[in-house]
Amino acid sequence: MNQSTFLQILPFIILSAGIVVAILVEIFTTKGKALLPAFFSVLFLANSLLSLAQINVSSNLYQMLALGGKAAFFNFIFSIGALIAVMSSVNYVKKYGANFGEYYILLASSVLGMMLMAGALDLFVVFLGLEVMSINFYILAGINRKKKTANEASLKYFLLGAFATGFVVYGIGLIYGSAGNTNLNFIINNFTRLLKMPLFVIGLGLFFVGFSFKIAAFPFHMWVPDVYQGAATSVTGLMSTIGKAAAFSVLIFAISPVTFNGAEHIFRPYFATLAILSTLYASIVAIAQTNLKRMLAYSSIVHAGYMSIGLAAGNVYSVAGIIFYLAAYTFMNLGAFGVIAIVEDENDGKTDLKAFAGLHKKNPMLAGFMALFMFALAGIPPLAGFFGKYYVFVGAIKQNLLYLALVGITASLISVYFYLRVVVYMYFKDEEEDFEIKTDYPGMFAVLVSGIFVLIFGVFPSILMKLITSVLR
Amino acid sequence: MIHVSLTHYLVVSAFLFSFGLYGVVTRKNAVMVLMGIELILNSANINFVAFSKFGNYGLNGQIMALFVIILAAAEAAIALAIVLNIYKTFAHVDVDKINNLKE
Amino acid sequence: MSLNVILFFVLALIAAVSSVMMITRRQAVISALFLVINFFALAGIYLLLQAQFIAVVQVIVYAGAIMVLFLFVIMLINTETEEKFLERAKSFKIFAIAIALLVFAEMAYAILHAHPSALLPKISENVSNGTIQSVGKALYTDYVVPFEAAGFLLLSATIGALILAKKKFD
Repeated sequence: MNQSTFLQILPFIILSAGIVVAILVEIFTTKGKALLPAFFSVLFLANSLLSLAQINVSSNLYQMLALGGKAAFFNFIFSIGALIAVMSSVNYVKKYGANFGEYYILLASSVLGMMLMAGALDLFVVFLGLEVMSINFYILAGINRKKKTANEASLKYFLLGAFATGFVVYGIGLIYGSAGNTNLNFIINNFTRLLKMPLFVIGLGLFFVGFSFKIAAFPFHMWVPDVYQGAATSVTGLMSTIGKAAAFSVLIFAISPVTFNGAEHIFRPYFATLAILSTLYASIVAIAQTNLKRMLAYSSIVHAGYMSIGLAAGNVYSVAGIIFYLAAYTFMNLGAFGVIAIVEDENDGKTDLKAFAGLHKKNPMLAGFMALFMFALAGIPPLAGFFGKYYVFVGAIKQNLLYLALVGITASLISVYFYLRVVVYMYFKDEEEDFEIKTDYPGMFAVLVSGIFVLIFGVFPSILMKLITSVLR
Repeated sequence: MIHVSLTHYLVVSAFLFSFGLYGVVTRKNAVMVLMGIELILNSANINFVAFSKFGNYGLNGQIMALFVIILAAAEAAIALAIVLNIYKTFAHVDVDKINNLKE
Repeated sequence: MSLNVILFFVLALIAAVSSVMMITRRQAVISALFLVINFFALAGIYLLLQAQFIAVVQVIVYAGAIMVLFLFVIMLINTETEEKFLERAKSFKIFAIAIALLVFAEMAYAILHAHPSALLPKISENVSNGTIQSVGKALYTDYVVPFEAAGFLLLSATIGALILAKKKFD
């Protein structure tokens, strides 16, 4: 290993060494819960800068991990997202009753799993990265074992997640058997030949079904509302954004043979069905939700549907669109969950619409940011969400999939209703519940950072898009 | 003379997979659902090891099987801790009746 | 018929029957014991496939550690027999059986129509011999990245089990 390789894997080394150091801090001192948030914030900041600096590198580690390029871009999103999540956790976990140092260790470990997934060049690494991420999410969802809601969320997440893992593992088994290799580049280069084997097609199908659970697309979504509502708000923010981005980073890799080898897209009907069902079903059901966390859970299904439109189109443009969308979605959603985490009270209350009525009088700044995130999620130009959708839909149209773009546009029209309802409640309704929102500086900082990113992505989308296309090559 | 070929192993594996699937879908006890998942993981392991030998692909199938066993151990530890917590708060482990969150 | 063939069919039969028994028993303890039998049969199958190390790990980790954990939890939470499992919504059960059969049929089809080259038995004695030495060497050379990742997986699981079961709340 030479010096440049060492520099390129530095984000992994920093994060894993940081986790080990944090465990030692937690064992030998009692100050873990005070020290670790700051420690991991610095670490994630360093990692995001390092990843950004390596975006033009193209290298790999033992043919197992890709370094630089797309992986570096994803690592950047993961690190910034995790930084925001840590910030909004600091005061929230005290309210939630889970103010442990271990919370941050588990959070950092899940990010390590995501980085492995995004950089995977081998099905071994895909599988282990997925599991490192998922196991930490199961624990984080149930971190307060005194709460019924947390336990329920954790059990449901675990049972369906482990079931999905079973599919992924069996699929990998069949892929390995028919290809004779687990190297992703090998599989992609021989894709057309392998497609002639029924065993390979079934294996790939099972693999995609397993990942459809992880991205929470429609027929595989049943765990999402309960888990997102029952888990701690900061954890929900984490797994609905960068966790989903990590799962998509694998799917993007898996459809790249179509994009770069000109193979016929045999999985288009599958992703198209997912997209149509997720967007239409979830955007209609979301209208009936009064709990904001549950509403955002359905909204995340809708967004998974929009991104599946990109997977169905499968050209370079739409893949770049998905990555842009993932980055934008990460910041809008983390911001929205950050606001909910600040408003939420000690007993998991104040997460429904009523609690947000008249928020602008109580805390104009918070209300302003929430409105920004809701507009962005609804896809109102010129905010980040609009360009995410725009790129994905244009990708679909370029592939002659006009009907998918039309379905997407219909769903986004429906979903404007429930996003704007939040804004209406905040600005045009009188306060219904009298309670005070405690000032939470780290939480506000997290919301502020997300807000800034949403604005940057919205105002200068072309810069980011250029960066992403250069990464994809 | 009957030969035991790859096909035989794959059929055993497919059988276990289908039954694991059936178990996960029909059983109500959370622990039983977990056992169904263990069955699915094991069926995948037969595939890995069988392909590794008959396909002459080297050792990576066996190593994947090893990682799957590691995963199963980690998952079992977490899952059973979660099940215990469920039992403490709900006083039962019936997956169908764990429905406190709003629909 | 050689010994290998007889052994395979006996083990496969044990694995299949024990899995069916495991899924259909009402009492979780009995199911767990059938699962242990199933794991032992699979360990035998791994031995037939010359995966000695995996066979040993299967017995020690799966049958030994994981199932003991399962039995502990089953005894601890003292689940009464799942009432009405057998009478449970017939249509639902038929649906589940249909799904299982469909998956099985699909796989059987794929297996029987697989690429002939993948199904030819071409065993080379020196390559896929899964002794501890060869598996260990591969783990620490070609597969060092997943190996480290597996280390972090176990680390997280340890922390998680502790925090979920033992953490003191203030």
